[in-house]
Amino acid sequence: MTTFRDWLIDDSPASPMQARLGRFYRIFGALMRNPLAVVGAVIILVLVLTALFAPWLATHDPLRQSLGERLLPPSVAHWMGTDELGRDIWSRVVYGSRITLAIVTLVAVLAAPAGLVIGVAAGYFGGWVDRILMGITDIFLSLPKLILALAFVAALGPGIENAIIAIAITSWPGYARVARAETLTFKNSEFISAVRLLGASSLRVNLGHVLPLCTSSMIVRVTLDMAGIILTAAGLGFIGLGAQPPLPEWGAMISRGRSFILDQWWVATMPGFAIILVSLGFCFLGDGLRDVLDPKSGEQR
Amino acid sequence: MANDSTTAAAPARRAARPSRNRQRLTSLAGFLITLAVTFLGLLAITFFIGRIVPIDPVLAVVGDRAPVAVYERVRQEMGLDQPLITQFVSYVGDVATGNFGTSVSTGKPVIEDLARVFPATLEMATLGIILGVLIGVPLGVFAAARRGSWLDQGIRVIGLLGYSVPAFWLGLVGLAIFYARLNWVGGPGRVDIFYDGMVSPVTGLILVDSIIAGEWEIFRNAVWHLILPASCLGFFSLAYIARMTRSFMLDQLSQEYVTTARVKGVPERLVIWRHAFRPIRVPLITVIGLSYAGLLEGSVMIETIFSWPGIGNYLTVALLNADMAAVLGSTLVIGAVFIGINKISDVLYRVLDPRAR
Repeated sequence: MTTFRDWLIDDSPASPMQARLGRFYRIFGALMRNPLAVVGAVIILVLVLTALFAPWLATHDPLRQSLGERLLPPSVAHWMGTDELGRDIWSRVVYGSRITLAIVTLVAVLAAPAGLVIGVAAGYFGGWVDRILMGITDIFLSLPKLILALAFVAALGPGIENAIIAIAITSWPGYARVARAETLTFKNSEFISAVRLLGASSLRVNLGHVLPLCTSSMIVRVTLDMAGIILTAAGLGFIGLGAQPPLPEWGAMISRGRSFILDQWWVATMPGFAIILVSLGFCFLGDGLRDVLDPKSGEQR
Repeated sequence: MANDSTTAAAPARRAARPSRNRQRLTSLAGFLITLAVTFLGLLAITFFIGRIVPIDPVLAVVGDRAPVAVYERVRQEMGLDQPLITQFVSYVGDVATGNFGTSVSTGKPVIEDLARVFPATLEMATLGIILGVLIGVPLGVFAAARRGSWLDQGIRVIGLLGYSVPAFWLGLVGLAIFYARLNWVGGPGRVDIFYDGMVSPVTGLILVDSIIAGEWEIFRNAVWHLILPASCLGFFSLAYIARMTRSFMLDQLSQEYVTTARVKGVPERLVIWRHAFRPIRVPLITVIGLSYAGLLEGSVMIETIFSWPGIGNYLTVALLNADMAAVLGSTLVIGAVFIGINKISDVLYRVLDPRAR
């Protein structure tokens, strides 16, 4: 069985695929030696599985109201109790994982590529392009994210789609900065000059050679940002500007439970534990990934 | 100390002074330009947000049954027929003269509302940052001194919790435990309802105002109410400050001069506090500044929970009523304070750290 492993960690790989798989294997191995990163990865895996298998994990219909069973404490029938409309909180938390996963995925898909393209363009072309793009980036970076997201949602109108757009608008600048810094370190290296001498267009140089090199630090940054994105989305839901009822979004659930916090504490606390768990998972995984993929950036974020 | 070296270096320094002054002047000019551009950027963003609102500002004034002629006249009076750039210039002029528009929900000029609510936020955030620094810095130093110990692991987890706990959830749970169950602290609001409005606002900071008025009863009551929301905010700043202090300290403790001090037999306590801690005070100022600015932002959620009559509460109420003048005014003020604190800590860093001069 050692042959496959030997093939993976071969110092002189015969094909790009072998090199890529070998790199992946080494990163994976290094990650698995970091206990906190393993915990984080397991939490994220559980989140994804919960979202996938929500109908099987939920014990009740998350939207079905049964007014006879209002505000029941946690029990065998209702593991996390019921809310003010008699809906099962466990089932709502389970289905809520789908919303959380959708939010973080969409924000990452919207903001990371936008930041990446802007950062690489600024770093590669330099001069005025750099000055203008980074000027805009710095202005966004120097503003408070949550407040900006709140103002954008207020203008666009409440709702989960607008919340995602607003969070994406406030998250791209961090990625642009990272991508620009990475691009500057590669820009003048010999292999880029070699590609350029071969007659490659700047589009081709960037897409084929610069962008891929930025991905590892982008992955680290995106993972570390996930907790913040989850908290902002939950905050918007809590204020009433994010996901609208009856969607079982965790922040909105806490907001509903606010009136009952003194006597029926479970309504507001349970979704909070879910938020903390998932955010912690992303933090642990992000810390571990950074140690493996981007050791030079150290403790600071 | 080191008097002889200063006198010896004096002539050389005098010769270098004019160019250094010029350097300082250009860096000051550069700083002012960045500051101005950043503020303009903030204004551009709020202006843009104000334009994408799906509510027609003219209809909001004239009502939707106004004749076309009236509509057109009001539209021209509001300057909405002008090109966008002209509109932006007059918007900047308005903001510069303190005209933020009128709030639909309170019926007062937004600037007056903001001046009334801002001190409450300032009071809470300031107490929060004081708690964060007083607890966070020693925790970070201890964690670095005992690297890898249980204490270090615990502080690391606290640091990460600071990134993962929703502020509004922490406030709610805090209220449920410390106010409802244990009754250790006061509930929502700045003071108990029967003390409300009993001290005349001089500074707007109720702790200061009650001292000025000599109302110790109210002062005690205000502290009783302030302590829980400020602790919630303090938790987030202590998590961040402890994390950064730890990493700065680890950097210093691995330096050779620390080893030298240890080899010379300097007690470990002195090595840590006198040798390793001194150089990190300057970067810590930046961290504390960043954290303070972050608390002004974080107070939005905390204020909602504690019915705290500050800018965060004002903003959320305005958000829910689609009161755009108030929303944009609050965004501008919070953004400007945020930028201001960031830039000030930047400048302080440069002034205090000889290497960055």
